Amino acid sequence: MTSTEVLLQVRDLVKHFPIMRGTLIQRQVGAVRAVDGVSFDVFHGETLGLVGESGCGKSTTGRAILQLYRPTSGSVIFEGVDLVGLKGEDLRKMRRRMQMIFQDPYASLNPRMTVGQIIGEPLIIHGIADRKEAQERAEELLRLVGLNPAYTNRYPHEFSGGQRQRVGVARALALQPAFIVCDEPISALDVSVQAQVVNLLEDLQAQMGLTYLFIAHDLSMVRHISNRIAVMYLGVVVELADRHELYNHPLHPYTQALLSAVPIPDPVIEARRQRIILKGDVPSPINPPSGCRFRTRCPLADTICAEQRPEFREVAPGHWVACHMV
Amino acid sequence: MPEILQVQGLETQFRTREGVIHAVNGVSFSLKEGETLGIVGESGCGKSVTVMSMLRLIPSPPGKVTAGKALFQGRDLLTMSDEEIRHIRGAQISMVFQDPMTSFNPVLTIGRQVSEPLEVHMGLNQKQAEDRVAEMLAKVGIPNPKDRLNNYPHQFSGGMRQRVMIAMALVCNPQILIADEPTTALDVTIQAQIVDLVKRLRDELGMAIIWITHDLGVIAGLADRMAVMYGGFIIETAPVRDLYGHPTHPYTIGLLGSLPRMDEAGSRRLVSIDGLPPVLLEKPTYCPFAPRCKYAVERCWHENPPLMQVSPDHYSACWVDTETGRERS
Repeated sequence: MTSTEVLLQVRDLVKHFPIMRGTLIQRQVGAVRAVDGVSFDVFHGETLGLVGESGCGKSTTGRAILQLYRPTSGSVIFEGVDLVGLKGEDLRKMRRRMQMIFQDPYASLNPRMTVGQIIGEPLIIHGIADRKEAQERAEELLRLVGLNPAYTNRYPHEFSGGQRQRVGVARALALQPAFIVCDEPISALDVSVQAQVVNLLEDLQAQMGLTYLFIAHDLSMVRHISNRIAVMYLGVVVELADRHELYNHPLHPYTQALLSAVPIPDPVIEARRQRIILKGDVPSPINPPSGCRFRTRCPLADTICAEQRPEFREVAPGHWVACHMV
Repeated sequence: MPEILQVQGLETQFRTREGVIHAVNGVSFSLKEGETLGIVGESGCGKSVTVMSMLRLIPSPPGKVTAGKALFQGRDLLTMSDEEIRHIRGAQISMVFQDPMTSFNPVLTIGRQVSEPLEVHMGLNQKQAEDRVAEMLAKVGIPNPKDRLNNYPHQFSGGMRQRVMIAMALVCNPQILIADEPTTALDVTIQAQIVDLVKRLRDELGMAIIWITHDLGVIAGLADRMAVMYGGFIIETAPVRDLYGHPTHPYTIGLLGSLPRMDEAGSRRLVSIDGLPPVLLEKPTYCPFAPRCKYAVERCWHENPPLMQVSPDHYSACWVDTETGRERS
């Protein structure tokens, strides 16, 4: 299913949000280092899972890849073209090839547009279809995501959360993209409905050969849907590996703690599980710890961890980790 | 162990512009001393309304508890005077809420808020109360508790705030702690810290717990017994190992099947439950799960099944024996 052909290359991606002070004359007094040097590849036809806790920079990474946030530095090479610095028509052309599905199905659909207009709008913007064709295509897309094509004249409030998320998926598919960033697409949905949307995403991938970057904090769902998984902590990727490798042989102490913290819906297993309980909270990305970002909560931390930032290196084929102690 | 709480036939309705919402439709359960009961279900199933009704915390109007009893140590919480229930709430039965951000008063110090139940219920003076609060904050793992008494809620992180909330709930040594989705707003590593803490405090203090959640994972390692809710009814209840090991109600089976598990070797297709939860504008006269149920038979559309015993201590509200697929006689 997946190949080793690289679709997307992210190199040293940095996104800092400036913190400004002053009313008339504003000056920068600091920065939120949301993403601070992230590199990975996404292969054709695969799903790369991006996990981490709130504030780790996973959503910012997704948005910076699509140029919804312009990166502070680094490069994002998609189908051979560096998107960083691309402007106007050149960027719009590339946007046809990559789309996004958002977390909140309530906030990401315009309440004043019918779902037919919402799904057809990208086609009109890119000059691919006129209004009538867009409407027809919207009906097709609704059918594809498992909704009644007669719903094109309805408004978002007439749908449930799961159905709205299907509309979001249909909109993302309208331009027949190669790559979709799914930013926590199921977090706002009830458990029984989550499975419906995940199954839909998997079916569409199989049918259309889509490539996903699947961003989530739910590790069991990420493991289910992904081929490979990258774990983020405080703006950096700390480990990246094939999903089986990552879950069976996690190397980074943060990955180990994160995996051990995920509850398993089985009381027999839960009764004999040993948890690694991390101390304290995630530090602020405004003033992250020197050296390794995880050292303040790490059970293995040593002096070198405060002095040097660990290199993100390949320790086994396809298994990357950033830790001095590995 | 003797039963400390018995809820019988509880019904709660809300008057809305669209009509009357039948949120809880005759819920009965009991809680033994020191027992942990997990109540699970999806949004709108009535799990929070059940415990809020029991404690008379439903705003009225629009809400109204229309039937039922909630016997705490033999006395009905629903009919006692306001004065009496105030003595019980926060002292003998206390609550921890989902959102540690909005459950505190932002303009009062933590010390002031956590000591309030002590002054109200136990009549301690300020000095005594402060000592007790500092002791309790230390117990829930807040570093330098004495210094933190003068801090405001915003000076604590989400996880720390939830610890403070637990300290506040336990400060009067309650017999029952009700936790309404206490870890839902927290990250997994922080959730693990809080669950670990609650387990430790339970072993130390011996209170009974009602833990409300939509997450079948969190509760698996914590509860002794489970009640699954759907459409304002308890549709299955059993000891925790029995419920996860041998779920019998189609909804419980579906819910467990829709969860990916981290310890699974391969990857299977998730079981999804088609359709949507019911809108409770009428009190269901047939099984509320029937429209989404693979097993539904004719009878399910005419008669709402009561909880029926399927094995010792295991009850399920379903006309169909899901193991054989045949209708129960």
